Amino acid sequence: MKIDWVALGSVFGVSLVATVAIVGLFTLGIVGLSKQATATAGSGGGSPALARSGAYLCFALCLAAVSYGIYLIIT
Amino acid sequence: MEHITLLLAIVIVTALVFDFTNGFHDTANAMATTISTGAMKPKAAVAMSAVLNLVGAFLSVEVAKTISSGIVNESGITPEVIFAALVGAILWNLLTWLVGLPSSSSHALMGGLIGATIASVGVSGVNGGTVITKVLIPAIAAPLVAGIGAYLASRLTYRIGRNADTKATAKGYRAGQIASAGLVSLAHGTNDAQKTMGIITLALVAGGVLNPGSNPPLWVIVSAGVAIALGTYLGGWRIIRTMGKGLTDLQPQQGFAAQTSAASVILASSNLGFSLSTTHSCSGAVMGAGLGRKGGVVRWSTATRMFVAWGLTLPAAGLVAAGSEFVTQQGDWGVAVVAAFLIASSAAIWVYSRRQVVDHTNVNEADEAGELGETETPGVVTAAMAAVTPPPAGVPAQDDIKTTIPAPSAATSESGPASPAAV
Repeated sequence: MKIDWVALGSVFGVSLVATVAIVGLFTLGIVGLSKQATATAGSGGGSPALARSGAYLCFALCLAAVSYGIYLIIT
Repeated sequence: MEHITLLLAIVIVTALVFDFTNGFHDTANAMATTISTGAMKPKAAVAMSAVLNLVGAFLSVEVAKTISSGIVNESGITPEVIFAALVGAILWNLLTWLVGLPSSSSHALMGGLIGATIASVGVSGVNGGTVITKVLIPAIAAPLVAGIGAYLASRLTYRIGRNADTKATAKGYRAGQIASAGLVSLAHGTNDAQKTMGIITLALVAGGVLNPGSNPPLWVIVSAGVAIALGTYLGGWRIIRTMGKGLTDLQPQQGFAAQTSAASVILASSNLGFSLSTTHSCSGAVMGAGLGRKGGVVRWSTATRMFVAWGLTLPAAGLVAAGSEFVTQQGDWGVAVVAAFLIASSAAIWVYSRRQVVDHTNVNEADEAGELGETETPGVVTAAMAAVTPPPAGVPAQDDIKTTIPAPSAATSESGPASPAAV
């Protein structure tokens, strides 16, 4: 009986980092978009264009992560 | 398909039935949080999951070479052993579905194989060390890994989004959650439908229909994919209710964090060589996300019952499988007896389930899907509900509650958990 602690540890590390990174990015994207909405409504501060492109960048990275996930499933 | 004996046909049908139960047992993994946070309508959610399971079944290029991951010695395995193992696994899946608890279908199958192998060739056919490394350690590790990830992710998303308008962000979270749930469904279809293909292929090889090492024929792939998709579409609403509502209350943020964590863990584990059960990962993720919100609670009574069920999975499925194997060894009539036993037990469980129907209409209603009969004490009632309405005395004895109307109020949903107490 040999427990593969290295594999378990890497599963733990990788999934932890991936989860937190993706959720963080996605949240930033959502918050950015909602800020952008309020900014165009005239109530919020900051640059709407910057918030919007930042949000899209976040979503693009999330999309890349999902694509990589699908790639992992297929291969 | 020409030389398929009756026994082989029975094994194949049983394998497809197992695949089907696997599908509806595991719908909850992908879709419970999606349904409970309202990201998707229940029917739409299971339909999407079913389609992705079907797609997943065809995606995989690699065939499941081993169905037990080395836990039992598969070289001398006979169709009878596979049949007995499947009987144990199916009955455990149905029983846990009846009581609404998520449990790993793979573990049920492994338990069945262990039991049937012991009954067939003795303890020497089982690799004890592998049982610990492939079953026990993952069962403890999976919920921890997924739970910690979901916990941190929930904390983070609440922290970042603390100034954002909840209404404006909820839609975004739902979209993200659906994407994560889709990944889980796809991965499930790939892994678990493949497992059934492996079983059928192994049975065909053992029965001499296929040459050893050959790939599964197309009809095996198609039928396994369709069986798991049908099961998924039927939806294990009882388990969905437990996972989506019973363990904790989830907001869209948490649902998203939980589902993303589950997807990451499943993909990481299957690609880094330490496979973790989908069910365990998802349950852990849901609990972690539940704790990640300020004031969030996990209903530990439900969680404890779930852990007990996980612990019982292997021995319970194993015992049934061992008994089945013992009877099938007696000859053809033994196989017939076991098949009849399987059909009768499944029918009985189904009839019992009709006493309190849980389906897409009421999956989100009850706080607690606590229909556990065998190990449970009155603690099934959530703390909140118990505070509002004390459980009516003598309810556990009232076996004859005939109501099929799903728990409209706190009081009836309390009597609900107790009514199947005689399982």
